[in-house]
Amino acid sequence: MIVGERKPIQEIVGMLKGMKKVLILGCGGCVSVCSAGGEKEVEILASILRIDRKKGGEPIETIEKTLPRQCDTEYLEGLKDEAGNYDAILSMACGVGVNYLADMYPTTLVFPALNTSFMGVSEEQGVWSERCAGCGDCVLDRTGGLCPIARCSKRLLNGPCGGSQNGKCEISPNVACVWQLIYDRLKGLNQLEKLKEIFPVKDWSTSLHGGPRKIVREDLKL
Amino acid sequence: MNDVNQPDIVAFCCHYTAYACSQDLQNLLRLGFPKNVRLEILPCSGRISIPRLLKAFEQGADGIYVAGCWEDTCHNIRGSKIAKKRVDYVKNIFAQLNIEPERIEMYMISREPNRGFIEVAKEMTERIKKLGPSPLKGK
Repeated sequence: MIVGERKPIQEIVGMLKGMKKVLILGCGGCVSVCSAGGEKEVEILASILRIDRKKGGEPIETIEKTLPRQCDTEYLEGLKDEAGNYDAILSMACGVGVNYLADMYPTTLVFPALNTSFMGVSEEQGVWSERCAGCGDCVLDRTGGLCPIARCSKRLLNGPCGGSQNGKCEISPNVACVWQLIYDRLKGLNQLEKLKEIFPVKDWSTSLHGGPRKIVREDLKL
Repeated sequence: MNDVNQPDIVAFCCHYTAYACSQDLQNLLRLGFPKNVRLEILPCSGRISIPRLLKAFEQGADGIYVAGCWEDTCHNIRGSKIAKKRVDYVKNIFAQLNIEPERIEMYMISREPNRGFIEVAKEMTERIKKLGPSPLKGK
């Protein structure tokens, strides 16, 4: 899932300076699962903003809503009759939702309440970590399913660097060297030979080096 | 309630802690429980939610506290621990909003019959008297 984290309160307060009526819009997708921008977090943030404004003697009207997803046209379209009623929409979705709101409502101010952090997993309650960098040209078949792009600090594709010590990355003793993990896993699977395979230079054009990405599936289009 | 000597305090209390400590919820005032403290009894302190804590403050409380059992005696295993995390969350929010974090507190009280339940209410009342009314008052 996409993992996000709420921005510092004062940063959000600064964005909304002078606004009197704001829609705080949650997303029922990934950010709801990672407890950053779902219905509950919308309720909390709305309350925080009202407290701050009341304290400053400039009350704010907050309207709270959470859509099933903010990355789908069909859900965002539901705001078309009301988007103009607000001074701004504060989106608690990932950056995708914020962008799409801005695309669909060109005359409405849209602000992000979250920092979109990464694509990752829930290791345990309250702990998330990165697993995929969305490079668009997956190499996991060659690396035992462990990604050297998302999980190697240098994004090395040909093995560990000199900073790999006792299975850890030089940037922190809490960060595993993914190349050590790849080696150990392939060894356990009797597939170390895979590491000797020669492969073509990775095509980075699929990883933003070729500009914004888009997929069109003619078989699915209506 | 704008009287600095009678701060408006909301206490969210675990049913087990409150009952065991007060012995007699119906006669709290006679036992010395401050009359400015409004009691909201929860089935467990872990039932408290962050929005509920924030709303109590938004709606005019000068101070808020949650009273639960000691961590290792919680009837629901982790209730007090969860409640403390939520209180700490709100303390952090208050700090970011330049509101005294001391306006909210988590008290863990022995479930053995004692006067701890009444003592923390008195302690919180004195604390809020010193801090003065909520910065949201009169705005």
